[in-house]
Amino acid sequence: MKTLLNSPSVNNITKKMSSLHFVIAILFVSTLYVTVCNLMFAEGSLLHVSDYTVSLLGKYLCYALLALAVDLVWGYCGILSLGHGAFFALGGYAMGMYLMRQIGDRGVYGNPELPDFMVFLNWTELPWYWAGSDNALVMILLVFAGPGLLAYIFGTLAFRSRVSGVYLSIMTQAMTYALLLSFFRNEMGFGGNNGLTDFKEIFGFSLQSPNTKLALFVATAVMLAIGYAISHFIVNSKMGRVVTAIRDAEDRVRFVGYKPQHYKVWIFVVSAMLAGVAGALYVPQVGIINPGEFSPLNSIEIVIWVAIGGRGTLYGALVGAIVVSYAKTRFTAIMPEAWLFGLGGLFVLVTLLLPKGLAGLVTNLMDKIDPPSTDNKPNSSDGSANTSTNKSADDSILTAENK
Amino acid sequence: MIVDKHGSPLSSVDNLKPDTRHGMILYVEDVSVSFDGFKALNDLNLYIGDGELRCLIGANGAGKTTLMDVITGKTRPDQGKVSFGQQIDLLELDESEIARAGIGRKFQKPTVFEALSVFENIELSLSGDKGIWTALFHKLSGEQKDKIDEVLQTIGLTAEQHYPAGRLSHGQKQWLEIGMLLAAEPRLLLVDEPVAGMTTQETERTAELLTSLAGKHSVVVVEHDMAFVRSIARKVTVLHQGTVLAEGSMDEIQANKAVREVYLGEEQA
Amino acid sequence: MLRLFPLLLFFVMSFNASAAVSETQQSALPLLVEQLPNTKLNKMAPLIEQIAATSAPQVRAILQPLMDGDLYYLKTNKRVVSVYKNEQKQYQLTDVLSAEALPAVKKSAIKKVRTNNRLRGQIRDLLANLDLTNTDTDIRIAALKQLLDNPNQAGLVAVNKLIKAEKDEDARELMSVILLIEQLQTGSIAEKLSAAKQLSNRLEPTVKNALVKQLGSLPSNAADAETKELKTVLSNAIDSIEQQASVFSLAENLFFGLSLGSVLLLAAIGLAITFGVMGVINMAHGEMMMLGAYTTYVIQQTFPNLIEYSLLMAVPAAFLVSGFVGVLIERGVIRFLKGRPLETLLATFGISLILQQLVRSVFSPLNRQVEAPQWMSGSLEINPILSLTYNRLYIILFALMVFFSLLMILKNSSLGLHVRAVSQNRDMARALSVKSSWVDAITFGLGSGIAGVAGVALSQLTNVGPNLGQAYIIDSFLVVVFGGVGNLWGTLVAAMTMGTFNKILEPSMGPVLANIIVLVSLVLFIQKRPKGLFPQKGRAAE
Repeated sequence: MKTLLNSPSVNNITKKMSSLHFVIAILFVSTLYVTVCNLMFAEGSLLHVSDYTVSLLGKYLCYALLALAVDLVWGYCGILSLGHGAFFALGGYAMGMYLMRQIGDRGVYGNPELPDFMVFLNWTELPWYWAGSDNALVMILLVFAGPGLLAYIFGTLAFRSRVSGVYLSIMTQAMTYALLLSFFRNEMGFGGNNGLTDFKEIFGFSLQSPNTKLALFVATAVMLAIGYAISHFIVNSKMGRVVTAIRDAEDRVRFVGYKPQHYKVWIFVVSAMLAGVAGALYVPQVGIINPGEFSPLNSIEIVIWVAIGGRGTLYGALVGAIVVSYAKTRFTAIMPEAWLFGLGGLFVLVTLLLPKGLAGLVTNLMDKIDPPSTDNKPNSSDGSANTSTNKSADDSILTAENK
Repeated sequence: MIVDKHGSPLSSVDNLKPDTRHGMILYVEDVSVSFDGFKALNDLNLYIGDGELRCLIGANGAGKTTLMDVITGKTRPDQGKVSFGQQIDLLELDESEIARAGIGRKFQKPTVFEALSVFENIELSLSGDKGIWTALFHKLSGEQKDKIDEVLQTIGLTAEQHYPAGRLSHGQKQWLEIGMLLAAEPRLLLVDEPVAGMTTQETERTAELLTSLAGKHSVVVVEHDMAFVRSIARKVTVLHQGTVLAEGSMDEIQANKAVREVYLGEEQA
Repeated sequence: MLRLFPLLLFFVMSFNASAAVSETQQSALPLLVEQLPNTKLNKMAPLIEQIAATSAPQVRAILQPLMDGDLYYLKTNKRVVSVYKNEQKQYQLTDVLSAEALPAVKKSAIKKVRTNNRLRGQIRDLLANLDLTNTDTDIRIAALKQLLDNPNQAGLVAVNKLIKAEKDEDARELMSVILLIEQLQTGSIAEKLSAAKQLSNRLEPTVKNALVKQLGSLPSNAADAETKELKTVLSNAIDSIEQQASVFSLAENLFFGLSLGSVLLLAAIGLAITFGVMGVINMAHGEMMMLGAYTTYVIQQTFPNLIEYSLLMAVPAAFLVSGFVGVLIERGVIRFLKGRPLETLLATFGISLILQQLVRSVFSPLNRQVEAPQWMSGSLEINPILSLTYNRLYIILFALMVFFSLLMILKNSSLGLHVRAVSQNRDMARALSVKSSWVDAITFGLGSGIAGVAGVALSQLTNVGPNLGQAYIIDSFLVVVFGGVGNLWGTLVAAMTMGTFNKILEPSMGPVLANIIVLVSLVLFIQKRPKGLFPQKGRAAE
């Protein structure tokens, strides 16, 4: 049967609360486990977690945060953004600028002010938008403001003129494509093709040191927990209900007296900022940011994480991001040729067979084991599992999406 | 842009009540709408009195739904004037502002928020601040809960209040949509084919409800079901090819020669 | 046709031209040739000059091998021959005077006629000037152009002689330009004045250079009125040339724009069917083009001897291949996602990844070389600074042809009728016993097939590689949305507008920035008018 998304519901707040606690508990336990095993057990020990694994896990958690951001707009508000990679990359560049300035005179050219690539281009001074980039506070501000501002401008323009559905998706893709081309240009002042790299230290700690790597991993886990809590709060507030209503019947929301464009812009901006934070945490862990992060393919990959995990459930996005990224790491190592076949196949199979993703699969299985009562007792389980059998419900969602 | 204390944009309309000192709540004057040369509305004039219950009838394509679209801001007319009370120019407002000004609409095809529960559907429709920050930190007050309960009672969906709206039957959805209208406490209700798909019993209840609403609210009903129209109508307006063909009581309409020719004649054929 | 007329004229005239060359000079040739083996290097120059001056038909056959180092003489009888070393490493001889083939000999039987670089340079000029009297107008014009760029005394003398007899207008104009430049450089001030005036509408780069050089050579503080006048005339002439040049460079950009627009049109037109008419989002559309391009490659590999016809074969083949894959995709995936555009988008994106990897695995990730047939190369010269390359011209024609045939199909065929019926009201069409599922599959196949055909054209313009499609998908969607979904004419206008806009911006800001600006302005435009240039109106459109 067709898709119908999970939704928050007043009556199952208790259920949702436990999902928040559950996710945070898992994050806490696994972070603790990784930390302990990395620090306490020597290399060669069965329980040792290598530094490489720590960095890899940190990367996955960044992806999870990014997937969360996409789920917020797509799963809950129906905005299929094919350009979220742009917000991620902008956050990453904000961090990259800061890290670049931390190199100081240890660069190849030894210029204390200018990053190497600027010296190479014979620039004599920093462009104005690099002003203050050596200040950590400015960097943090930029991580939020850069993606947020782009999302605000793009969102205001698009949602005010009621561009929605597929059109919007194509626009977001064009947006990230335009940024990709722009950042390839040396004149942009972001290192052109090569991007920003060769970082030395962050907040005074060497990026090569295993302890810094571990700290970055822990920081990412904490940010993910905070991001999850914020998203959870949003989708369970009245805001979340308005947004869900917009997803299913935007016109009707308007006739009830809400301005959907304001809500959409707001959630788009929040989501962009989350993506920006994910990008900022990602860059010091992988050690490079380049225009490739803007490529439309990256943005679409995020969408597939969310689709596979199960959009409209926050934990589904997390699971999807981590599972698919892990699969990618494994596959590209074993048989790189097969990865695109695999990824492409996943797109097709998930949309055809698993419209609600892994999360939907799990709820379906749970319902089979413990079927919810169907008489007038409120539906205590997730609610959506059963609605999917309602034909007319599906149809009206279709028409809503069609517009 | 003017912003209220919660940061949500506020248009002047939020503080305005329609001026009905002349006894009229809705003025539609000389309105024309055309789609690619086809005139859906053609110099249409319509006045709805404050507290009146009016029925709109007309064949398919007579312009009923387009008229509703114009009043609620979905379609902009090519020319003409539409005002709510004497002073609120509806053509300057968008759909949500018109809704907040006090015009509620029920669609021909019931549209409710399928993924939300019945309770939540009504909660979202309650009158009050519709801004972002309010929505984010909103807690239902006891008063609002009572209001929701009252509406649920009126539409007979108390037992189903925690069901996702998507699981309701077609008739129940119609009722839910009416409930959402009631929760918004509009001055003017536009109701498009409320009894389509309802059982006889449900139809009777709807008729009862709509008649009871008149007086406190103004109601405009578009309906095909002539028996239903007869059971509620005090005044009927017949639309034909985008203009008003006749207006009057049901008996007058039925006696009207022009109407018999173009509308009832077609109905019988 | 335009070129044919002067050609005919020339045939008539050329008889007189060759007859005009004096018989006595020609008869002197054998004597001159006889001297070749015995002349010292430092005496060669006048001899070569004399040989050339005979204007005999054999002059080229003597001087060309001399320049190339293939001119020998037989040690036995000093007979001068040109030599060609055949595959059996034997030396085949041709008598330069009689063009008679002589029996092959060993290397030791012959001796080379010596030259040096200075002589070679002299010969090159002489040969070029020799072409000035060639009977083929095209060769004459080429020789004149050569002379224009590298003037030499002999050439100038020849031109001075030939200009009266020359009947071809283009050639005569070139001749007068050559003489005018000479006049500009060496004449009196009055002559310079008149030359500058006459040259002010010539677009050849040499003319402008000569004018600029002349202007620079004048003393900056010259007091006499004549020099002053010459100065103004010169700078006016330069201005006028620059003005005309800018008009033509605009025209050239316009042409580039139209050809880019045609590429966009080709890329978007299939999408205008699948997306615009059917409402199906096909992210694998670019890969349908890629398949078309690879089909062209495969055909060229299969029939290496038929490169000239390969494109003609590739068009129907690519249509079938891409169309077939399109039908498969529709039947296998898209029909299950009817009415769910976002899911369709994702699934077809997955398909595009699979197709890309497929060609990567089959053909390797490297770009493949697709050859251009002869008739695609070369260009149509409008004037010295504006020439339209044939491949671009053909692409424009081809795009329009595809566009109009598609328009005809949709308008006049029963398939078109069914497609429009289904796209406007599926349920009603089905009620009228239109087999909507069949129509869907065929329509999708048609759209994909056209993408394949576009791929054939693209194979002539860009690298054929696995990423070929990706480069075009965003642009194509923007074209369709910009033009107004469901409106083929809108797609045409949108593609041409985008192409021209892009190419007009390009000279001043470079291709990347132009591309970015076009993208951004399109995004802004679509947000202003979400339904594009030519929206469909009415309640049904919502």
